[in-house]
Amino acid sequence: MRRFSWFNATALTLGFAFLYVPMIILVVYSFNESKLVTVWAGFSTQWYGELIRNEEFLNAAWVTIKVAVMSSTIATVLGTMAAYVLVRAGRFSGRTLFSGMIYAPLVMPEVITGLSLLLLFIGIGLDRGVLTIVLAHTTFSMCYVSVVVSSRLVSFDQSLEEAALDLGCSPFEAFRLVTLPIIAPAVISGWLLAFTLSLDDLVIASFTTGPSATTLPIKIFSAVRLGVSPEINALSTIMIAIVTVGVITASLVTKQAAVRQARDERMAERPA
Amino acid sequence: MRRFLLIAVPYLWLVALFLIPFLIVLKISLSDIALARPPYMPQLDLSAGWEGIRSFFAALDFENFRFLTTDDLYWKAYLSSLQIALISTLLTLLVGYPIAYAMARSAPEWRPTLLMLVILPFWTSFLIRVYAWMGILANEGLLNQFLLWLGVINEPLTILNTNTAVYIGIVYTYLPFMILPIYSALERMDDSLLEAAEDLGCSRMSAFWLVTIPLSKNGIIAGCFLVFIPVIGEFVIPSLLGGSGTLMIGKVLWEEFFSNRDWPVASAVAVILLLILVIPIILFQRNEQKQREAEG
Repeated sequence: MRRFSWFNATALTLGFAFLYVPMIILVVYSFNESKLVTVWAGFSTQWYGELIRNEEFLNAAWVTIKVAVMSSTIATVLGTMAAYVLVRAGRFSGRTLFSGMIYAPLVMPEVITGLSLLLLFIGIGLDRGVLTIVLAHTTFSMCYVSVVVSSRLVSFDQSLEEAALDLGCSPFEAFRLVTLPIIAPAVISGWLLAFTLSLDDLVIASFTTGPSATTLPIKIFSAVRLGVSPEINALSTIMIAIVTVGVITASLVTKQAAVRQARDERMAERPA
Repeated sequence: MRRFLLIAVPYLWLVALFLIPFLIVLKISLSDIALARPPYMPQLDLSAGWEGIRSFFAALDFENFRFLTTDDLYWKAYLSSLQIALISTLLTLLVGYPIAYAMARSAPEWRPTLLMLVILPFWTSFLIRVYAWMGILANEGLLNQFLLWLGVINEPLTILNTNTAVYIGIVYTYLPFMILPIYSALERMDDSLLEAAEDLGCSRMSAFWLVTIPLSKNGIIAGCFLVFIPVIGEFVIPSLLGGSGTLMIGKVLWEEFFSNRDWPVASAVAVILLLILVIPIILFQRNEQKQREAEG
């Protein structure tokens, strides 16, 4: 057994305090009555009321969710295809370029991605708005999806797929009936990752949007530039609450699925 | 046919929306600013045939890059981005290593929860996490109120809109990227190695320096690159927490584009930023590959 040490306990306490205290303060001050964010004047939920009545924020939230749902769904399809190509398709001409294009967007500074996409959209004369943000978000989040999905594809037993083909499945049926259920947890976490990346993105959306579409991060950024405001605290609190519930639920669900799947795979290998 | 489609669809998507946009940036960085829509010239005129293409290439030049070397704003911004990235990477390592170490030493049944607590902030909006510090670091903010109340200081410290605030913001937002790879390296470590070192006469401290640190080397390298590379091009943190004295190239590019509307210069700034990033990116991928080979 490992020794309990004061050093480790202190490191964990201070570390998690550093990670969580700023967010707790943010949440607490969203219930502050005062307009000044730094002076406590009593409990109040008035900022939530103002937020709900603020149509600009509501519109921006709606645009953001639309963009996130569309881009993460397309990105999941394309990213899963790309992962399949990387892991299973073997050699083809241009494979190096392909894997380079999958990994490069992960480390690319957002300002460069945003600038280059904007110049493309202007070059081909595409009107900037929801469509262009969706295209931009799909492009960088499909790379994240393909990294998540390919790590699952690498680790799973290919003989299951071969068995399905031997038993008369077409390749597509084998994918749908065998591969997809096995990689489903990775596909779902890829979708969630793509969804949050899209919800979060300020820089690329600012470059690729036009006057017709303002996303929530763009709205928050322009409000925050002028200083701290309790309405933004209220909005942040709602977003933190959604993410916390979402992440905890997702992790419980995928954990259960992983346990079930490990059991199924073991049973498939060793017939009773 | 099916295999062809499977490869072609994501391939063409990336070529059209990732590769071609870069070539456009490269091309515009060689163009000149113009009072037109779009605000640069020359425009490729395909209707003029070969003559149009020839005159188009003849009009491209490296003038924007020469301009970047003459105005010292740009190279100062590149250097200061590198410096800020380097210092904040070291700070993140100093803060992150003890946390990763303590997580790896904690009871196994606690580890999934601790891991989840590290990952959770990563899913929360980056913008909101940066914003959270604005209220804390301001002159009349909570940190100053707290320090005044303690009696440590008599006058509020100016932290917001300085480089100190930028460092705090970077360490805070990038901490999970540092903790996770170091944790996964430390977690795999065999405890009996430490016991062996102590049996052979090492003090706990020297066992740490001679055994633990070298064994977590790959995690440290991966974590440092994961912080260093994106921080160089960072925009949100310097623009919200930094002040007028904070010079970072991501912010310069943004302003060049949105405020000055000088697209060719913004493109040239992007091209050089990319060239600077190529070296750490290649080193990072080589490190990852070495690690994969060592494991496989």
